[in-house]
Amino acid sequence: MIQISFILNGKKVKLETDENRRLIDILREDFSLTGTKEGCSIGECGACTIIMNKLAVNSCLVLAGQLIDSEILTIEGVSENGKLNVLQENFLKYGAVQCGYCTPGMIMSIYALLLKNNNPADEEIKEAIAGNLCRCTGYKQIIDAARATADTDMITDLSQ
Amino acid sequence: MSTKFIKSKFWVEDIKEEMMAEVPISVVEPWQKDKELKYVGKPESRKDAYDKVSGTAEYTFDKSFSQIAVAKTLRSPYPNAVIKKIDVSEAIKNKNVLGILTPDNCKDNDWYSGTSKLLDKKVRYNGDEIACIVAETEQDAEEALRLIKIEYEILPHVTDLEKAKLDTAAKINDHELKPREYNRGNLEEGLKEADIIVEDKFSTSVAVHNPLEPHCSVVKWDGEKLLVFDSTQGIWAVRDTVASQLGIPASNVRVIKKYMGGGFGGKLECGKYTVMAALLSKKIGRPVKIVLDRKEMNQAVGNRPSSVQELKIGAKKDGSITAISHNAYGTAGAFPGSAGCSWPARSLYKCPNMKLVDTTYYINAGKDRPFRAPGHVQGTFAFESIIDEAAEKLGMDPIEFRVKNFTAVDPDWNGPYTSKLLREAYIAGADKIRWKENRKKAGFGGGIVKTGYGMASQIWWGGGAPPSYAILKLNWDGSAELVSGTQDIGTGTYTILAQIVAEVLEIPTRKINVVLGDTGVCPFGAMSGGSMTAPSVGPAARDAAEKMLSKLKSAAAAILELSEDKLEYSEGVFSSKDDRSKTADFSKLFGHFREGVLVTQGAREANPEGYAINTFGAQFAKVDVNTLTGKVCVKHVVAAHDIGRVLNRKTLNNQFHGGIMMGLGFALLEERVIDNYTGKLLTTNLLDYKLPTIIETPEIDVIIVSEEDNKVNNIGAKGIGEPAMIPTAGAIANAVYNAIGVRIKDLPITPDKVLNALASKNN
Ligand code: FES
Ligand code: FES
Repeated sequence: MIQISFILNGKKVKLETDENRRLIDILREDFSLTGTKEGCSIGECGACTIIMNKLAVNSCLVLAGQLIDSEILTIEGVSENGKLNVLQENFLKYGAVQCGYCTPGMIMSIYALLLKNNNPADEEIKEAIAGNLCRCTGYKQIIDAARATADTDMITDLSQ
Repeated sequence: MSTKFIKSKFWVEDIKEEMMAEVPISVVEPWQKDKELKYVGKPESRKDAYDKVSGTAEYTFDKSFSQIAVAKTLRSPYPNAVIKKIDVSEAIKNKNVLGILTPDNCKDNDWYSGTSKLLDKKVRYNGDEIACIVAETEQDAEEALRLIKIEYEILPHVTDLEKAKLDTAAKINDHELKPREYNRGNLEEGLKEADIIVEDKFSTSVAVHNPLEPHCSVVKWDGEKLLVFDSTQGIWAVRDTVASQLGIPASNVRVIKKYMGGGFGGKLECGKYTVMAALLSKKIGRPVKIVLDRKEMNQAVGNRPSSVQELKIGAKKDGSITAISHNAYGTAGAFPGSAGCSWPARSLYKCPNMKLVDTTYYINAGKDRPFRAPGHVQGTFAFESIIDEAAEKLGMDPIEFRVKNFTAVDPDWNGPYTSKLLREAYIAGADKIRWKENRKKAGFGGGIVKTGYGMASQIWWGGGAPPSYAILKLNWDGSAELVSGTQDIGTGTYTILAQIVAEVLEIPTRKINVVLGDTGVCPFGAMSGGSMTAPSVGPAARDAAEKMLSKLKSAAAAILELSEDKLEYSEGVFSSKDDRSKTADFSKLFGHFREGVLVTQGAREANPEGYAINTFGAQFAKVDVNTLTGKVCVKHVVAAHDIGRVLNRKTLNNQFHGGIMMGLGFALLEERVIDNYTGKLLTTNLLDYKLPTIIETPEIDVIIVSEEDNKVNNIGAKGIGEPAMIPTAGAIANAVYNAIGVRIKDLPITPDKVLNALASKNN
């Protein structure tokens, strides 16, 4: 067991847990943040993508010990009081969602990109979601939603 | 009586279904072509999109209860064995282990058409279920599984299709798989008449559905009643299987599916895991969750069978096809299934003489399940490849050759189609990709990267059929709820049903709530597969809405003391045609009712007699082939289809893009690999089993050449799930040939095959 504290969606949280627990399980089981999905458990599908210290990472590959003093942002943390952010709105508008299981991970990957680069080229958007698999929609509408968001330049860093 | 029973006949995959269905006696007229629709056809955003982009959508995978326990399955490490002894004494020592099912303590229930048991002492593939343990946590369950000691008698196995064909192959299943044969005219005569004959052999790999949400169930008993949350495309199939497996009344089982992360056919039937979870849950008196991991997903819950296809086509100089021979075989795993794939050869073109044989062989591998366009994806690839070969031999353009052999009637029984705009699809697609200008002779281009163009056609059913029902509840405030026992597996069913009701009642879609996927509250609705959902359930929703409108009209007439023909309706208000001041809106009407909600039930009408109902289309691909690396890069896909009326352009685009990407994966990447020596599955994860990513995504254009098909049903729409995917692989394969001048006949077209083909061409 270890004691850890980290920032989760803008709030400081404390937790005592086994060192070898995965971040995805901590999020889903201890904090009921089930928006983060699991598709493969070994870092290949990107459904579990969250933002850790401003970088998109697969939460199925992060262990509890690595969380100490980190900043974690999940899909639940990117909208405020139930109001969607521009990227989420654009996913809706451009029809970038089908079954939706890959969607939170896609949004977090693009969100992380936009945090560090608010005017990415299409190639950079593609690279950002190259590790996110979608079995339903094809990817075109996802790029459209990301492009439109980058063009509006309105994403704010909620984790600050 | 406003309904009657009929014998409903329709095709699901290549099986002709016949079942009794209750259909409305008076049939709602389809919307006319020139009628301007306000909601149907509009690119409305998905009703469920908020939940999905915000992360609040609750999938079966997310479902939990207090006191929930976790179950895990022990699967056979061997491809063929008999279990002599199971010793669970060590496994159950841990106090966190709550219960265990083995063939020794499990009901002797039949599975796979009686050729296996729920838990069988005979295991027939690497991944076959042996035992299931429920424990406090997943980790406890997994550790306990490792402590089960089993004595196996290991038997010889066969996982190689060519070996499975031999008489000497080890016997896998007692149930005999008979070849299916179809004959028309006289093949030999047809070949004699031909001026040219082309002959070739093609093959395709086993592909696996791999939806992103794993197969999973959460079960909870409430006394004798069982609640099942399941990631399923067929709530009724799950309910009925669970009830009969457990020997309890179907009314005691309630199956709920709210959101699910894709299915593609793999989730049409009830899995063993659901039944095992229910048995364990009963045993321990706690809710149980069972989730398959990616390895299990690739082993045990279905796949598209492999195929080897020997094709022969004879044609006259003028291009008319005189004979088709298709001899196909493949494997559907260790249990009764079908690898048949000759349907495109049978139905795409006019041809008086043919012989088609489909044979399925057992191997020691997981059983097949329907996978987006069963038989048609692999069949179309091979058949449309040889069609191109014949066109080339005749010196004809591939499209010209196809148009020459166009059939205006179903070649099987000469019945007319409700609609067939295949030629229009050829024209629109060719135009978009600039076929005439761009396509050169095969292998013509110079340089390291060679560009090629190819196309392929598509036929599928997809007209839908009864039985499907919908209940509509209209509330005093003008909001409504539509309830139907179908499911939205990501395709957009929630949204299109709301649009249909909105169209009839002229109320905005945001006021319409759609409830699906709950056997406890919904009337029966179609399974979500086979491109059946929209054309089966959509008309039932419209029927319910039209009945509601009639009901309201008769109420308005009574309240306003006017005859019904003197009334007009617009956006929630009835008014007198003669005296505009006489009106009744919903609140006025409901002010006179005792109840605050009115209810109607609609049903899917019968299909028209004497017609063949199909979807058609053509896809065109532009590819770049790097002759140094062997890599194929798809640059552009144009899809042009006849699918009746577009219900929602946004969800339609998703379906087409997704289908094309899945077709691209099948053409270039996806392949289940089993090590023939050990019989073990090698592609157990998403790195080894490659799905297409954004990197492989080409430019995609989707053209719908149909406005509506008003003979098919009251919404004029046909399904699009399968049509979207069927021709993609064939179009890509033909484009690769056009680029490099040598044909790759075995899917997926991986770089090694391209390089080998180029080397053999140069020698
Ligand atoms: S679940 Fe983490 S990458 Fe797939
Ligand atoms: S929408 Fe289903 S996996 Fe992406």
